[in-house]
Amino acid sequence: MTSPLLIVENLHKTFTLHNQGGVVLPVLKGIDLTVNAGECVVLHGPSGAGKSSLLRSLYANYKPQQGQIRIRHDSDWMDLVAAAPHEILDVRKKTLGYVSQFLRVIPRVSTLDIVSEPLRRLGIAAEQAEDKARALLSRLRIPEAMWSLAPATFSGGEQQRVNIAHGFSVNYPVLLLDEPTASLDAENRQTVVDLIIEAKARGTAIVGIFHDADVRELVADRLFAMQAYKDAA
Amino acid sequence: MTTLRHPLMQVRDLSKMYGARTGCRDIDFDLYPGEVLGIVGESGSGKTTLLNCLSARLEPTSGSVIYQDRTGADIDIYQASESRRRLLMRTDWGVVHQNPKDGLRMRVSAGANVGERLMAVGQRHYGDIRETATDWLGRVEIAEDRVDDKPLTFSGGMQQRLQIARNLVSGPRLVFMDEPTGGLDVSVQARLLDLLRRLVTDLGLSAVLVTHDLAVVRLLAHRLMVMHQGQVVEQGLTDQVLDDPQHAYTQLLVSSVLQP
Amino acid sequence: MNPQQETTLSGYNFAYLDEQTKRMIRRAILKAVAIPGYQVPFGSREMPLPYGWGTGGIQVTAAIIGAQDILKVIDQGADDTTNAVSIRKFFARTTGVETTDKTARATVIQTRHRIPEKPLTENQILVYQVPTPEPLRWLEPRETETRRMHALEEYGVMHVKLYEDIAQYGRISTSYDYPVQVNDRYIMAPSPIPKFDNPKMNEMPALQLFGAGREKRIYAIPPYTTVKSLDFDDHPFEVQAWDHSCALCGADDSFLDEVVVDNMGSRMFVCSDSDFCSERREAGHQSDGLPQVVVAQAAE
Repeated sequence: MTSPLLIVENLHKTFTLHNQGGVVLPVLKGIDLTVNAGECVVLHGPSGAGKSSLLRSLYANYKPQQGQIRIRHDSDWMDLVAAAPHEILDVRKKTLGYVSQFLRVIPRVSTLDIVSEPLRRLGIAAEQAEDKARALLSRLRIPEAMWSLAPATFSGGEQQRVNIAHGFSVNYPVLLLDEPTASLDAENRQTVVDLIIEAKARGTAIVGIFHDADVRELVADRLFAMQAYKDAA
Repeated sequence: MTTLRHPLMQVRDLSKMYGARTGCRDIDFDLYPGEVLGIVGESGSGKTTLLNCLSARLEPTSGSVIYQDRTGADIDIYQASESRRRLLMRTDWGVVHQNPKDGLRMRVSAGANVGERLMAVGQRHYGDIRETATDWLGRVEIAEDRVDDKPLTFSGGMQQRLQIARNLVSGPRLVFMDEPTGGLDVSVQARLLDLLRRLVTDLGLSAVLVTHDLAVVRLLAHRLMVMHQGQVVEQGLTDQVLDDPQHAYTQLLVSSVLQP
Repeated sequence: MNPQQETTLSGYNFAYLDEQTKRMIRRAILKAVAIPGYQVPFGSREMPLPYGWGTGGIQVTAAIIGAQDILKVIDQGADDTTNAVSIRKFFARTTGVETTDKTARATVIQTRHRIPEKPLTENQILVYQVPTPEPLRWLEPRETETRRMHALEEYGVMHVKLYEDIAQYGRISTSYDYPVQVNDRYIMAPSPIPKFDNPKMNEMPALQLFGAGREKRIYAIPPYTTVKSLDFDDHPFEVQAWDHSCALCGADDSFLDEVVVDNMGSRMFVCSDSDFCSERREAGHQSDGLPQVVVAQAAE
């Protein structure tokens, strides 16, 4: 398949620090990127090159100053830079998944609920949603005894695996991964690689940041180099 | 664009002046079904004034608030008759006050507090009303055997949860909340927030939530408006506004939060 | 009993109030009749009786009474209690009208806390003395708000009160001043009559007028108007019932007062409507086993 699901055109992102003398920090300048269905593009470059900023912009977590991020949503194209909040939320609900580096813990919400929530939001029955959540949690080796607990007290690696399960619960057509394997052991890293490969096989378009060269090797279809943009700024 | 839903509420050029002083000015936004809108800002920024104008409790100096009712008809709130407005307020809308004393009848039982809205819309079967009230107490985590106790005997957190049950029992579509976690201990706050979050998701409620607590909006609100000196200085997706604030005041607000 | 003719006092206008005041009150009454159950504000005057003694009822009576009227005044159903005697005397001396104890003879009946047992007719007017005219007051202290609630028919809180009764006592325990809805519109306080009397208000042929002196309100139920007592489907409105019949006249369908007859706490139940009871006795009715006294258990 070579049908594009995500098209970035001429994307610019700067930070203006109004309370620190109005310093302007350019981060992304004129980014062009197309990601096809079933393809995994890995953002590549040294730290500070704007990889995370690009990923966050793709999730509409950061607000670019210029350019377009067009995503195939339902059967239309939507520009996430220009979209209204409720439209972005709809894209996030159905089309665009994101595994962040850290799990944002919500007090009192159980692990099982966290992982099944994206499915329930799509209107899938609680039982079915929880079945899928259980399967993912087992696969990622979260002991069953922990499923009913809120992950606030879990270790960093456990939290990250809950986060991955959450991100992979829905089969999003487009998936953003921000160092999903950073704090995982070899076994779990392999599981994540398997999950990514399976997603690609389903036709998911993936954009990710992987510092681990082995993982990158296993999942990447191509690298997207980011050094030059920073220098150009 | 793909989602062509009609806004639940459309706010246009809304201003409220107190004499020469500005309450809020030039407010403009749409609220969509199922959306939770957070309004943040320091005290005196006009967020409570705005909330009161939106919820038909304070007539604005100019501008309009248009609400789409269950039949799909758009109602201009301040052009509508008072009876229409008040009917909306006790059926389609709910208001959760910061101080539970403003939102509860402290001298009647918890059951009657919850049942009042049902009786107001004509339910006349005591057994059914009581059963619904008891069910709602359970949903807001108040023990069923407290159904005949007066809210005066409840803790602050329980009073706040009772206020929520009282509002939600009539199946409203839009809930206005003014600092709902205001005077509560942190642990009690967490419980209330979780409860609100669950109810809002499960019931598909729309809500307008005023708070100065950024953690609360991150948890509950889909969308955020930042108010400063009566005006909206920035609005957008909640995580976008909090993680990539554009306006100087928002940057100050976000950077001023103490991390525990 | 013979009608007592009092010497009419000189120096006072007929029925004490001046004619302009009576007109003002009549205008309020007309408006009240036009909007059944709606509380009409009026300029309540200082009367030569303290508030709480029926100053509202007296002003209404004074505004409607004419020289040809025959007046009956009752308090808790009886013609001979202090309040009734004082008011009857007041009108006898300021109008010179005939007064009576007989319900059937009276054209104007002023009452505190009862409706006579004998059905009233189109030729009669019943004037109630009202201490608290606002039925919503117990839950809503603001007058501006209660007025708005009436205007917009926001009556949910009335059922809250009944709900509380059932929740607390297992049944609706409100036994007097039991709220009613008049003409399917206004919620009205019937004054502190026992709820036993509520059904009598419904479709009554006589005009019913309510006067609250301290609260400065007049309201009315025109003849043949629907008056419904509020209730729940599963807790329908019910009137009081007694295990006894009247110890004097044997009536088993009238409102009974419990009278303590000795220091031992022995009690008997007798009609609260003294005219009704004596008429029955004059007609030959009597209690089955003369007079029924419930004797208290001798205390040690």
